[in-house]
Amino acid sequence: MAETVLETSGLTMRFGGVVASDNVNFKLKHRELRCLIGPNGAGKSTFFKCVTGLLTPSDGHVFMRGQDVTGWMPHQVASLGVGIKTQTPNVMDALSVHENIWLAARRFFDPAEARARTGDVIDRLSLGPIARTDLGQLAHGERQRVELGLVIVTDPWLVLLDEPAAGMSAEDVDRMTEIIHDITRSASVVIVEHDMQFIRSIAETVTVFHQGRVLMEDHVDRVMTDETVRRVYLGKKA
Amino acid sequence: MDRSAVRDVIVTLVVSAILIGVMPMLISTYTLTVLIIYGMLGLSLGLIWGFGGILCFGQAAFFGLGAYVYAISAVNVGESTLPMILAVLLTAGFAALLGAMMFYGRLTDVYLGVITLVVTLILFKFINSTAGPQYVIGKARMGGFNGIPGFQTLNVPGDPGAYIWGDAYYYVCAVALIIVYLLVTWLLRSSFGRIAIGIRENETRMALIGYDVAARKTVLFAAGAGIAGLAGALYASWAEIVTPTLFSLGQSAEIIIWCIVGGLGTRLGPIVGAAGLAYLKFLLGQQSMIDNTLIMGLVLVIFVLFLPRGLVPAIGALWQVSVGHKVRRRPARRMRRARNG
Repeated sequence: MAETVLETSGLTMRFGGVVASDNVNFKLKHRELRCLIGPNGAGKSTFFKCVTGLLTPSDGHVFMRGQDVTGWMPHQVASLGVGIKTQTPNVMDALSVHENIWLAARRFFDPAEARARTGDVIDRLSLGPIARTDLGQLAHGERQRVELGLVIVTDPWLVLLDEPAAGMSAEDVDRMTEIIHDITRSASVVIVEHDMQFIRSIAETVTVFHQGRVLMEDHVDRVMTDETVRRVYLGKKA
Repeated sequence: MDRSAVRDVIVTLVVSAILIGVMPMLISTYTLTVLIIYGMLGLSLGLIWGFGGILCFGQAAFFGLGAYVYAISAVNVGESTLPMILAVLLTAGFAALLGAMMFYGRLTDVYLGVITLVVTLILFKFINSTAGPQYVIGKARMGGFNGIPGFQTLNVPGDPGAYIWGDAYYYVCAVALIIVYLLVTWLLRSSFGRIAIGIRENETRMALIGYDVAARKTVLFAAGAGIAGLAGALYASWAEIVTPTLFSLGQSAEIIIWCIVGGLGTRLGPIVGAAGLAYLKFLLGQQSMIDNTLIMGLVLVIFVLFLPRGLVPAIGALWQVSVGHKVRRRPARRMRRARNG
């Protein structure tokens, strides 16, 4: 059996009286690609933030490769070799594409190696023509792509992506799908996503969140045809 | 070192050598010395605010602290080399403690501003209240509002009798500023500097990449304070007296204005802003018709409205428009050739 790389046990996050994440038990295996879906307010992003250290859970534990990382700061989680992309593009606007990616690479490699890897990623993501352009001047899809570049340049073993396809054109989404498939060759991936089309095209196992809890966890086809899921997530019409 | 770095150093050295030679013909070296010291103080805030994104309302606190550390230790030691070093190190150490408290406490910009402001006020009030004979550090009496006069000013290292003053002191301060400027240039070109700029641009992203943002901001904050401390020590040696007004809020506000007017996010801007505005204030101080704070305020308003990026970036842009297009033509041709062939 493949090694479990990410695990949460009884993960709970309360905001005052609101329980945004309620006793979530989650397991992710080596090189697995998992999508988290659910209606707005289902607790996907809260779960994501608890795992990445952006929030400290009220209860429960997060384990990465068996190590208890509950309450760690985001930079400590990232230092384990975890690549994280947040919901809204988090990039350095006044810096060039090259500098953005180089900064990510520099965290783990010396300057020369970082430069070489930056060049590789720029080629891999076809960012060559805009490599010297500042992020602030780029279109949304390009910014998303650069942020993915920041994530993959360090060869992470676990990649956590919050809505990577949000607000992107069909062409951009296709490219994103390709890149994600590429990442799964060496890393485990968790994707929080709304776009069902996108999920169908990449996912195998899907975890459905509803009211802070895990409603169901199964193969994407079975999830899509499940009555309960359709009711809570897709609405009655679907 | 790559070629652009070498060119940067050569240009810096040549331009500053010319300025050091020419400026005394226009302005007395006594005034120039303090303008240089203010330039260094401006650069200290320019570094942490312009490149680290840390808006510190208390840069005057570090300036004053440097001056007081120098004065107190100079009285005790009787020479100037160790006090100079202490002024830099103790100020940087104090800033490191203060910075660690603020940055690890995950304070946002507004609270950071408030805390640095309050620290300045506390130091001002405290030093002001040290008039009694019980406030003595070694041989140095704190002196309260009257400050500390009569300490050893800068001397040749190892020879306390050989004072460096007048024109010689001007050259020493100018060289000190050049060294600090080159060190800042080196810092900003290094990985540490590039990462600091990344943090200025997006703290969350830099943390998610894996950088310890709080630690890096603390180090940068301390480096900026160390420069301010050196400026303070040089100021003490120039003025030959230190008083609590060094810690005044007016002084802190002025440093911020220097940076805005000169151009934030540049190395040269805060120096130019500091020296320029300090000289303007000096000129205005010779007349009594208009209150000079009014003029300072007016200058700030005009800059914020018409040159929001500051003087140096504006001149840079002008240079680009007038001269830059001739230079830019060459790479364009090269690209065309590459496309065709």
